[in-house]
Amino acid sequence: MTRLNFFPVQASTEAPHTDLIYFGLIGFSLAVTLMVVGLLVVFAIRYRRGSGAKRGTLPKWIERDFEIGWTSAAFFLFLFAAFWTGATRLSALTPPSDAMEIHIVAKQWMWKTQHPNGAREINALHVPVGEPVRLAMTSEDVIHSFFAPAFRIKQDVLPGRYAQAWFNATKIGTYHLLCTQLCGTEHARMIGDIIVMSRADFSQWLASQPHADDLVTEGQALFASLGCSACHDGASKVRAPRLDALYGRPVDLADGSHAVMDDSFIREMILQPSAHVVRGYDAIMPSYSGLVGDEELLRLAAFIRSLGQAEHGDRG
Amino acid sequence: MTAAALHDEYPPQAASYLRDGHSLWSWLASTDHKRIAILYAISITMFFFVGAVAIAIVRVELVNPNGQFLSDDTYNKLFTLHGIVMVWFFLIPSIPNTFGNFLLPLMIGAPDVAFPRLNLFSWYLNIAGGLFTLYAVVAGGVDTGWTFYTPFSTMFSNSHVLAAAAGVFVAGFGSIATGVNFIVTIHMLRTRGMAWFRLPLFVWSLYATSLVLVLATPVLAVTLLLVIAERWFGFPIFDPTHGGDPLLFQHLFWFYSHPAVYIMILPAMGVVTEVITCFARRRVFGYTFMVYAMVAIAGIGFFVWGHHMFVSGQSPYASLIFSFLSFVVAVPSAIKVFNWTATLYRGQITFEAPMLYALGFIGLFTIGGLTGLFLASIPIDVQVHDTYFVVAHFHYIMVGGSVSAFFAALHFWWPKITGKLYDEAWARFAAILMFFGFNFTFFPQFLLGYLGNPRRYHVYPPEFQVYHVMSSTGASVLAAAYLLPPIYLIWSLLYGKSSGDNPWGATGLEWTTRSPPPKHNFLAPPTIETGPYEYHEKGEAPEAGPRVPHRAQSEPR
Amino acid sequence: MSAAALREPWTRLSRQREAATFGMWVFLTSELLFFSGMILIYAACRYLQPAGFLVVARETNVWFGTINTIVLLTSSFAMAVAAQAGDAKLRRLAIACLAATVALGLAFLTIKGFEYREDIQKHLLPGAGFAIAAPGAQLFFSIYWVTTGVHAIHLSVGIVLVGRLVLVTARRELPLSSPELHATALYWHLVDVIWVILYPLLYLGGRS
Repeated sequence: MTRLNFFPVQASTEAPHTDLIYFGLIGFSLAVTLMVVGLLVVFAIRYRRGSGAKRGTLPKWIERDFEIGWTSAAFFLFLFAAFWTGATRLSALTPPSDAMEIHIVAKQWMWKTQHPNGAREINALHVPVGEPVRLAMTSEDVIHSFFAPAFRIKQDVLPGRYAQAWFNATKIGTYHLLCTQLCGTEHARMIGDIIVMSRADFSQWLASQPHADDLVTEGQALFASLGCSACHDGASKVRAPRLDALYGRPVDLADGSHAVMDDSFIREMILQPSAHVVRGYDAIMPSYSGLVGDEELLRLAAFIRSLGQAEHGDRG
Repeated sequence: MTAAALHDEYPPQAASYLRDGHSLWSWLASTDHKRIAILYAISITMFFFVGAVAIAIVRVELVNPNGQFLSDDTYNKLFTLHGIVMVWFFLIPSIPNTFGNFLLPLMIGAPDVAFPRLNLFSWYLNIAGGLFTLYAVVAGGVDTGWTFYTPFSTMFSNSHVLAAAAGVFVAGFGSIATGVNFIVTIHMLRTRGMAWFRLPLFVWSLYATSLVLVLATPVLAVTLLLVIAERWFGFPIFDPTHGGDPLLFQHLFWFYSHPAVYIMILPAMGVVTEVITCFARRRVFGYTFMVYAMVAIAGIGFFVWGHHMFVSGQSPYASLIFSFLSFVVAVPSAIKVFNWTATLYRGQITFEAPMLYALGFIGLFTIGGLTGLFLASIPIDVQVHDTYFVVAHFHYIMVGGSVSAFFAALHFWWPKITGKLYDEAWARFAAILMFFGFNFTFFPQFLLGYLGNPRRYHVYPPEFQVYHVMSSTGASVLAAAYLLPPIYLIWSLLYGKSSGDNPWGATGLEWTTRSPPPKHNFLAPPTIETGPYEYHEKGEAPEAGPRVPHRAQSEPR
Repeated sequence: MSAAALREPWTRLSRQREAATFGMWVFLTSELLFFSGMILIYAACRYLQPAGFLVVARETNVWFGTINTIVLLTSSFAMAVAAQAGDAKLRRLAIACLAATVALGLAFLTIKGFEYREDIQKHLLPGAGFAIAAPGAQLFFSIYWVTTGVHAIHLSVGIVLVGRLVLVTARRELPLSSPELHATALYWHLVDVIWVILYPLLYLGGRS
């Protein structure tokens, strides 16, 4: 006999906050519903036709004052609710800067995940407990959506751009990963497992994965093999921006606008360099559209990101 | 002159609209708004049946977590069919094009709508659109969901998206034509003395609805056109590989589709006011606020579409603004719920079927509206977006709300439209059965949603099964409840007692003429000297006496 | 003759005319929203692909576009004169101007036809084999074909309506005072206004 569940397990740092709002709204809704239904029932009985209840003259001001009263009450209550539910979790939008980066590529009808050291999984994601995990996600075809109900996170994953989500798992266990944007025939079967392990178990698991180059090393190899270093290396004769320590920094563009060097910007620059010419440079970078796949773009971005961290002494 | 005296004036040859021609052609070519209303009533009933059968099959399938007898593709096509047919071919035309068409000229004292031939043309546009859509079904179905998200609908789906999109596109022009017709009718055909703030709230609801129809539907038309252009001609517009943005589709689509839900609920709200005032024998509480609330819902409703896109990748700052506005749009709805409840205070309440449906509406709409607040909160929406929570929310409003109001209207105005009485006992039984069946079907879905059961899932993790079984059981009760009205209403048509002109003792202008009305509605254009809902003197309470209108709207003070 | 124009539920022709004009204005509002959707798509795509749009906007034929704009503006002028002549009961002038409107409308469509043919020959139909490789180029031309195509459909409907007016007015089946004249004139002016907005967006980009 299945236990009747009402709420999913709270398995992330965000889950208690979401649930608090949920319970608060339930309490409010229960109160309002009981009040309305209660009044309906009481009035229906008391004022049924022919009942002896008093029905004399109502003073005129009642209508106006009640109206203004409950309109204002509703307005201010809802205003507060909008603030409480919306603004109090604004900080949850930004992932912690030391979050472990996982790359996710969604396609009809599976989830492909990749760890920073190169370990790959299909329809599964092993993560350590108690550590923030940042997901950089893209789709190979249609819009999918990454949903982990136990963590209370959801993010649509779009083709042609990067979507970001993050979580910090607080409970060891296995949880559903569900696609929640209709993506075709097997949309309902695009289910995976997120396995949260203790740090020790996770290190063990990671070490036992088939050896593959980590994302940064693969990105570095691509950087050379695709000819990027021919221009972007410091010793090159071609005048091209150096990419050291630029990740996350603002970039001035030739048309006067600004952009931030993030994963999406890097992707666009590789695929459509003439769209965002950097100020002070000529528009001579060739486009790699059609020559570079989604997963390779993720690796290149990871490599350029690692260059940006070189200043902070993380790498040799 | 009293209403009774007016009736004595009707010559025997002021034949009812039902007797004005008996051939099929006299119905299919009629420009009489009452006959066009009946044409719509027949077509929406047929579409409702199609949409209902589709979802009945789905609910049977969902009893088993691994499915039962459907393929994944067929399942996806069935819920898509349900959504498309129910939204565009049942809910949107339901109250405005049946009861709105029938009653609007009657309620304002006019002989017909402003453009009767356009009215007939609207019905044919609706039918043509419906035929395109049914062709899509028969040819193999559509599997994109009623929301047609790109790039799946434009570049990946192997189903008949074009035919379905074309069907909705064509039907949309019928909606726009109805909106234009109603707006001009209300502005220019009100009879002498029928000032704006003497209009019944049902008329105001049709006005607000028509504004939304005229302003929102064209955006749907252009969105579908672009989907057709991308899919049929291969013109990239939303295609990210050519630099387009699939989110653009979502913005355009929801810019229409959110106001569309107000098209579906505003007329229902108008009906509820008409019914509650009549069966509580009371003037409506706060008439002016009720008017402004409906106009506010229609207006603010245009600025909340982004709450369908909180997790889509749109800017978090835009999301905050949409969240705030979504909370604000709930305020006028709350006002209406309070005003309906207050209308019962010191009334003389009776519980005929229309009243049961109207009271059910208030409760179910309140629950549906409150769950809308959950969805307006960004963190909660992150959890429940695209899950069964959303499905439950909108069914509480659309079915618990609009469909309840539709049945309230059907029973309330049945004597006016047909001149017959329906069987009250069976009608009450059906109303109560519907209420329980509905709650049993949809309340478990709130729980499913927060637990994480996504919507549009053919198969689901087995721990959710108990709720699906509850929901499917409730659905079978609901289905039985829906089968009752056709039976006893057809019986009423054939064998029902004659109702007399105003069996409920209601005060609206429509009740001062014959039941069923003559072809040109009134013998002479009535003159109005009072406001609506004069069930008792202002400031006093109604009497418990026999059912007579205290003062019909056409009677002088 | 006024009886022929008067229709249920109206009791006075002047009231019916007011209603027709008002109804047409309401309908035109919905048409404005329809085209606004397309213009919004244009704006969004241009924001996403500014360089591409500039490069490819030069590929539209500004001569055809400008001549067509003059033709359409003149047709609107003719239509306005026709409506005024109708009010002043100047029958021959009204019919002549309506006929001129039809002729100019047909001229627009003919020129548009030549333009489309040239566009196809220059491989400016989005799809495989599209002439320009710049990102966003196909986006621009998708919008070009859809908006000018939909505009042409609206214009064709207008031509049919005005053409019918010419015939029934010449044959005296409809009086000049009928509501249809002003309502049709309003519709024609909208088609013109839409083109005036589309013209700079589609033809004048990247040419300054």
